[in-house]
Amino acid sequence: MPLDLNTYLGIEPDALRVYSQRAEVLAANLANADTPGYQARDIDFRAALAAAGSEGGTLPPVTTSPQDIGGASSGAGGVSTEQFLKYRIPLAPALDGNTVDSQMEESQFAQNTVRFQATLTFLNNRFSELSTAITGQ
Amino acid sequence: MAFFNIFNIAGSGMSAQSVRLNTVASNLANADSVSSSAATAYKARYPVFQAIQTSLVTPGAAIDPTKGADASVKVADIVQSTAPGAARYEPGNPLADANGYVYSSNVNVVEQMADMISASRSYQNDVEVLETSKQLMLDTLKLGS
Repeated sequence: MPLDLNTYLGIEPDALRVYSQRAEVLAANLANADTPGYQARDIDFRAALAAAGSEGGTLPPVTTSPQDIGGASSGAGGVSTEQFLKYRIPLAPALDGNTVDSQMEESQFAQNTVRFQATLTFLNNRFSELSTAITGQ
Repeated sequence: MAFFNIFNIAGSGMSAQSVRLNTVASNLANADSVSSSAATAYKARYPVFQAIQTSLVTPGAAIDPTKGADASVKVADIVQSTAPGAARYEPGNPLADANGYVYSSNVNVVEQMADMISASRSYQNDVEVLETSKQLMLDTLKLGS
């Protein structure tokens, strides 16, 4: 029975990618905590991962050159989850128009980190299962 | 990979906050500076932060939520406060004008202290983000071993 590594790993690699994109968005929010007029954003994780589940099971690949398979889809940066970026609904916007809530962003970042590490652990387990099967020990 | 961008984003935040700390230090150091005219008296300085999307070419363009997750910070300008400074009657001061007045800076020390705490908290946040991202990258490198 041939083994397709992508099917074997399941949704974990896509989840890892969405988590890392989300970490970037949250880092941008924290860096702009004192920027007047900056509006906090977040990734709609459910929608992003649901998109990863459909369309042949993966997120559309990031392509930066017309010679890539599928052509150049997005502009500079080439972030495939950018269609899922949403503005946060502010709890208490500042007078200068900034809607970053540092404490909330921090807790979301910590949560995102823990989930990333959990996914990494799952992936690691998959690989060690595989090497157990290969070595037969 | 998105984590490499985080280094740039958190780094830009750190440098912006350090500029802010710099202005606070300058304002606090000159809080008691006097001058012989209101025009030459020390004015409090403040940095103006601006969000930029490094993936887009035009800096200062409005943030487009559908384009790029990254938004780093830059110090667009450093402005001087226009609040009036106090004039004190000190005829013995060598800097006093013809009427015996010296003009002090318009620095509000309490406001500067609050600004300093806010800047250092934001800086610590950025360092924390950087530290966490670095750890996650290292963990990903060790995947499967």
